[in-house]
Amino acid sequence: MTNLIPNQNRPTTGSATHRSWRWVRENLFSTPLNSVITIFCLYIIWQVLSTVVGWALINASFASTKDACEAVSGACWAYVHQNYRFVLFGTYPLDEQWRSVLGSVMLIVGMLVSMNRRFWSPWLALAWLVWLALLYIILAGDVFGLTRVDSAQWGGLTLTLLLAVVGIGFAAPLALLLALGRRSEMPFVKVVCVVFIEVFRGVPLISVLIMASVMFPLFLPEGVTINKLLRAQVGIIFFQAAYLAEVFRGGMQAIPSGQYEAADSLGLGYWQKMGKIILPQALRLVIPPTMSTFISLLKDTSLVVIIGLFDLLGATKSAINDPAWRQQFIEGYVFIALIFFCFCFFMSRYSLHLDRELKRGM
Amino acid sequence: MSEQNRLSDRESVIQVTNMNKWFGDFHVLRDINLDVKQGERIVICGPSGSGKSTMIRCFNRLEEHQQGNVIVNGVELTDNVKNIEVIRKDVGMVFQHFNLFPHLTVIQNLTLAPMFVLKHPKREAEETAMKYLERVKIAEQAQKYPGQLSGGQQQRVAIARSLCMNPKVMLFDEPTSALDPEMIKEVLDVMVELAEEGMTMLCVTHEMGFAKLVADRVIFMDAGQIIEQNEPNEFFDNPKNDRTKLFLSQILGH
Repeated sequence: MTNLIPNQNRPTTGSATHRSWRWVRENLFSTPLNSVITIFCLYIIWQVLSTVVGWALINASFASTKDACEAVSGACWAYVHQNYRFVLFGTYPLDEQWRSVLGSVMLIVGMLVSMNRRFWSPWLALAWLVWLALLYIILAGDVFGLTRVDSAQWGGLTLTLLLAVVGIGFAAPLALLLALGRRSEMPFVKVVCVVFIEVFRGVPLISVLIMASVMFPLFLPEGVTINKLLRAQVGIIFFQAAYLAEVFRGGMQAIPSGQYEAADSLGLGYWQKMGKIILPQALRLVIPPTMSTFISLLKDTSLVVIIGLFDLLGATKSAINDPAWRQQFIEGYVFIALIFFCFCFFMSRYSLHLDRELKRGM
Repeated sequence: MSEQNRLSDRESVIQVTNMNKWFGDFHVLRDINLDVKQGERIVICGPSGSGKSTMIRCFNRLEEHQQGNVIVNGVELTDNVKNIEVIRKDVGMVFQHFNLFPHLTVIQNLTLAPMFVLKHPKREAEETAMKYLERVKIAEQAQKYPGQLSGGQQQRVAIARSLCMNPKVMLFDEPTSALDPEMIKEVLDVMVELAEEGMTMLCVTHEMGFAKLVADRVIFMDAGQIIEQNEPNEFFDNPKNDRTKLFLSQILGH
């Protein structure tokens, strides 16, 4: 707080070292107790950092084969050298893995393009459908001379991204409809939406996935089968849509009733009122919790390991099940943790950026 | 009185017979009967909670009445959504708290309804919008957001927004109550001008100067009833009902 009061005696000049030294003295060592706390914290930080850096970098082996690891006490990064293909692409056939790479790149490019507000229009949704159809052709093959790759073989990062991107793309519009439905004055629509939201929000994602993979086929007529990946995907979409619907509903409730009345008094119809007046304001308010839901959606896709799909986590689990790499489970989890962190951190920064951008002028 | 006679020959814009409304058990409007003629300027006053706002909000179905008939421009207000849409196109409303759309610029606020409800092309809607912004003397603010304007400016934008729909009647719900004193005049000036041009107006307000200047009729409401109505001179100089006298002494006394 003292910084807020202009201090005439305080020199604002001086060398950078001098100023930083003064900052340290004023903020970290102002009293004996502060000094003790500072020193204790420094000790803890040093202990943690030296252990981590020692393990990951100083005492680690960066050789490409496991033999070199015998000599060191730290991390054995040969694990990444030897297993990255499996972790990133799962059980996708080795010779066809360029298709899986292309799939990941297509998904990331699609997301990057969609992040730009200039492209936000109904055409973007249509472009996504075409893009996803193309992606399916590339991953599944069986046409244009591409060999057929069953969806059960898709895996690793590509599978994680596919589940997350398609999940976000379909959960968001569904959530919007559910949120509108829950606030609707039509009793039937309202009841359907409330039941949907409460059922999917009331059960763990794992049980949704297990139901989708084990129980759902039992209800289908004989001879009809629905792809396991698709069932898991639909499970994820329904589950996250239920959460997101409540986030959106919260945003709509925050809009003052005067906005609804002004729209009504001008003669706007329901969809015009919602689309032009209420939702643009409501969704802007809920960007942070919406992005939180998207981030947990990305991370929750790793639960598909339960039903035998090899996403990033699933692939890692089976990689470290190999007796040769059983010791390297830490390296395995650190590797995918870094991948997850990169994506999640990026999403979080984007939400901050969007939040700031949209509030400009208002 | 010649004005009154002339008015009575005109067509009715709003006809209300025996309108009743309840909020739960609370009887908020009791047996309201009202006939608003084309071009008539009516000021509605009364203590707070007397049902003034609720009454005019029943005329464009922001509130629903439970008994009686409300006919606006020859169309009866019922549950029929089509009728409600038709009536809302013809009835403009100005709110106490302006209710501009904060995420749209001033010009977008004005063109939205003409473009999407009346299906006017964008250029035409913008020309109309600029015309009305000039009339409320605020054309230079067209590209700003409502949050960047003062209260008085916002309320003038709100009036222009209603006018863009070319309404047959305008409802004003305490349009100056949320304004700082120095901004009240600029809004009242716009309303006076509008009244002089012959707009049919129903105005809930405590601005008695405005009532004396432009009103054809002043209505006093209390406890959900129309207690007394008369032309302004008679109403202010010679109130008949005790409650009207009390109310007038309270608001004119200081």
